[in-house]
Amino acid sequence: MRRLNFAMPLLLFAGLAVLLYSGLGKDTRTVPSPLVGKMAPAFDLPDLLDPTQRVSGQSLRGRVYLLNVWGSWCVACVQEHPILMRLAASGRLPIIGLNWKDEPEAAVALLRRNGDPYSAIAADREGRTAIDFGVYGAPESFLVDAQGRILYKHIGPLDWASVERQLFTRIEGSTP
Amino acid sequence: MIPELGQFSLILALLVALVLGVLPMIGAQRGRERWIALARPAAYVQCGLVALSFALLAHAFLVQDFSVAYVAEHSNSVLPVRYRFSAVWGAHEGSLLLWALILSVWTALVARFSRSLPDTFVARVLSVLGLVSVGFLSLTLVTSNPFLRHLPGLADGNDLNPLLQDFGMIVHPPMLYMGFVGFAVAFAFAVAALIEGRVDTRWVRWSRPWTLVAWSFLTLGIALGSWWAYYELGWGGWWFWDPVENASFMPWLIGTALIHSQAVTEKRGQLLRWTLLLAIIAFSLSLLGTFLVRSGVLTSVHAFASDPTRGAFILAFLGCVTGGALALYTWRAPRFSVDTGFEPVSRESLLLLNNVFLVAACAMVLLGTLYPLVAEAMGWGKVSVGPPYFGLLFPILTAPLFLLVPFGPLARWRQDQAMRIAAPFKIAFIAALVVAAAAFALARGLPLRAVLGIVLGVWVIAGTLTYVRRFRADPQRRARGLSRESIGMLIAHAGLGVFVIGVMLVESTSIEKDLRMARGESVEVRGLRFTFENIEPLDGPNYRADHGVFVVRSGERIVATLHPQKRAYRNRQVMTEAAIDPGFTRDLYVALGEPLDGGKAWAVRIYHKPFIRWIWLGALFMMAGGLFAAADKRLRERRAQALTDAGADALGAAA
Repeated sequence: MRRLNFAMPLLLFAGLAVLLYSGLGKDTRTVPSPLVGKMAPAFDLPDLLDPTQRVSGQSLRGRVYLLNVWGSWCVACVQEHPILMRLAASGRLPIIGLNWKDEPEAAVALLRRNGDPYSAIAADREGRTAIDFGVYGAPESFLVDAQGRILYKHIGPLDWASVERQLFTRIEGSTP
Repeated sequence: MIPELGQFSLILALLVALVLGVLPMIGAQRGRERWIALARPAAYVQCGLVALSFALLAHAFLVQDFSVAYVAEHSNSVLPVRYRFSAVWGAHEGSLLLWALILSVWTALVARFSRSLPDTFVARVLSVLGLVSVGFLSLTLVTSNPFLRHLPGLADGNDLNPLLQDFGMIVHPPMLYMGFVGFAVAFAFAVAALIEGRVDTRWVRWSRPWTLVAWSFLTLGIALGSWWAYYELGWGGWWFWDPVENASFMPWLIGTALIHSQAVTEKRGQLLRWTLLLAIIAFSLSLLGTFLVRSGVLTSVHAFASDPTRGAFILAFLGCVTGGALALYTWRAPRFSVDTGFEPVSRESLLLLNNVFLVAACAMVLLGTLYPLVAEAMGWGKVSVGPPYFGLLFPILTAPLFLLVPFGPLARWRQDQAMRIAAPFKIAFIAALVVAAAAFALARGLPLRAVLGIVLGVWVIAGTLTYVRRFRADPQRRARGLSRESIGMLIAHAGLGVFVIGVMLVESTSIEKDLRMARGESVEVRGLRFTFENIEPLDGPNYRADHGVFVVRSGERIVATLHPQKRAYRNRQVMTEAAIDPGFTRDLYVALGEPLDGGKAWAVRIYHKPFIRWIWLGALFMMAGGLFAAADKRLRERRAQALTDAGADALGAAA
C-alpha cells in the first residue's frame, strides 16, 4: 500500500502520456474544406500574361484541371514550382494558375526565370476569388472535374507522391 | 561547406553527449575512477561543439546563405542585421538548437562549479544532463535539422514572422530557455540522489543557487513574453491563458514551490522526498511545454509549425525522462527516511502550505490546458478553455497564498504559536486597510476587485517590511546583518505585492475604447483628450506603414504624442504597431485598426491602463530577489569548509 503512494506520480504521468499520445497527429487547425464535392465558385478574372483575355470557370467547363493558388511572394510556391513543371510536362492534367495578391511584373518575371507550367493564369490582385475558394494560405491546389465540381483540395506545396496518389487516382475515373 | 561543418559538429556533440550519458554513470556505479573522470572533460567538449554548431548557423543567417532551407524560410535580404541574428531562434529548428546550446552551457557550468561535491555524485549529475542532451540533440538532428540544404539555393528568402522582428523577441526565448533548462540541473540532482540512495545537506545547499538562478531567468522570460505580447500584439492584453503561456507558467509555479521546499530541506532536513519529486516535476513540465508547443496537439497563437513526427519523438523523450525518473522515484524514494519533526504551526508547515497552494494552482492550469485534448479523446467535440475558467479559479487558489506570505519568514522552525506569529503584523494589517480605504475615497467608484488587490498588495509589502522591523529590533541579529538570502526573499515577496496591485488594478479599472476616428477628431478618456492629428505613409526596411499621429492633451498641456503604425511586411503579413506612452501609474495605448470608408477614417483602439507597469515591475523584483538569494555566501561552494564538516550532516541515508 505504501508502495502505491510512491507510484502515484508515475501512474498519473502514464495517464497523461496516453492522453498526449492520443492527441498526436490529430489536426486541430484545419477543418476539412466544405467545398469538396461542391461546385467550384464561379470566377472571371483577367489573364495574367494577356490582360485583354479573361480566364473564367465557365470557359474551363468540360475539362478536368488543377487550380493552383500561388504568388511570386510565396517561398513555398517557389519550392513547389518544379513539381508543377513536371506535372505540366506529363500532359496528364492542365494546371490553371490563380495568381493571388501579386504584382503582375514580379509574377511574370518569376515565370520567365523558372518556367511556366500553367495553361492559363487568372490574376486575382484583390484576392476576392481566393476568398470564394476559402484559401487559407498559398500554395493551395484544387482539383476540379469536367462538371466544375471540386474533387480534392491540397493545402501546402504538392510533392510528386501526392500528385500520383491524390490527383492521378482521382482523375482516372473521369474523362480528361 | 560551412553549414555542413555545423551539422558535423552537432553530430559529434551527440556522440560526446552519449559518452557523457553512459560512461560516467557506469563508472560511478562500479567505482571506475577513469570513467568517472571522463564526466567533466566530456561536458566541456560537448558545450564547445554545440556552441560551434550554433555559431555556424548564426553565420549562415548573417551572410544570408539562402541555400540553407531554414535560413531561406525565416530571413530575407532586407531583414535588418539584428533580426537576422534573432531569426536563428525565430522558428522551431533553430530554437531547438538554442535549447541544446543552453543545456550544454549549463552542463559545462555544473562541471566547473561542483568541486565541493564528491566526484561520483558529480559524475552522476553530469551523466543525467548528458542523457537529456542526447534527447535534444537527436531530436534536432533527426526531425528538425536546421542545416538542411535547399539546392539550388534561392535568390532570396521568405521573411521572419514580423511578430518576431522585435527586441522583445530577441531576448524572450533565451531567457525562457535559461529557466526551463536550468531546472534540468535540479532534475539531474534529484535523479543522481535517487540513484545514490542518499542525500547530504551540502548537496542540497549546492543545488539551491542553480534552482534560484533558473527560476529567476524563467520569471524574467515570462515577464518579457507578457510585455512583448502587450505592446506587439496590439490587443493591449498582458496575459491570455494561451496553452503556450500556460506551458511556461506551470514550470514556474512548480519551480516556485521547489525553491521554498529546497530551503526547508537544506536547513531542516525535512520534506526531502517532496523536494526530489518537485525537482522532477518542474523539469518534466518544461519538457511538456516543449511538447505542447511543437507537436500540434493544442492550437495556440504561439505554436510552431506542427508536425506529428516531432510530437511523437518529443513524447517518447518525455516518456523516457519523466517516466524513468518517476519510476526511479517509486523504487528508491521509500528508502529515504522521513522525520516529521515539526508541529502544525511552524515555518515548515507554512512553507508546506505554500507548496500545496502552488501545486494545486499548477494542477488547475494543467487541467485547463489539457481539457480540450481530454474532450476530443472522449468524443465530446472540440472545446476551448479560456480566461473565464482561469480567471475565476486562479485567484481563488492563490489568494490564500498572498495572505500567508508575510507570516512565513517570521515563523519559527519546528514549533510556534499562531498568536506569537501574528502579533507583529498589526501595523501591516492596518496599513493595508487604510491605504485601500484612502484609494477608495480618492477614486470614487473603485471596483471591489481593485480594492481587494490594493489590500492584498499593501498587506504583502507591509508584511515584508515587518520582517525588517523585527530584525532591526534584535541587536544581536542586527549586528550580524541581513544575509543575501533574506534580502532576496524580501525583495521577491515585495515584488509579489507590487505584482498583485498591478494585476488587480489593470484587470478591473482599464478603459478600452474601440472607435471610428477621422483626421482631426478627438475623444476624451479619463480627462485626457486624444486627437487624431494625421496619418501618412512611411517606408521601413522591409515593410510599408501607415504612420499615425495622435496628440494627447490634459487641458491645453500636451501629455504625449503617439505614433501608432499599421505595417504591411514584404511577405504580406500585416502588423499593428501600437503606440504606448508608459507611465508609473498609467499607460496610454493607441493602436490602429483597419481603414474605414476608403481611408477617410480609421478604426482606432484607445486604452487607458492604470498601473500596468507594476505587473512587470513586480516580476523584475521577484527575479532580482531570486538572483540575490542565489548569491548568498552560505550557498556558495567552499571547499575547505565542506571538507571539515563532511559527513556531519548526512540526511536520509539509505537503508
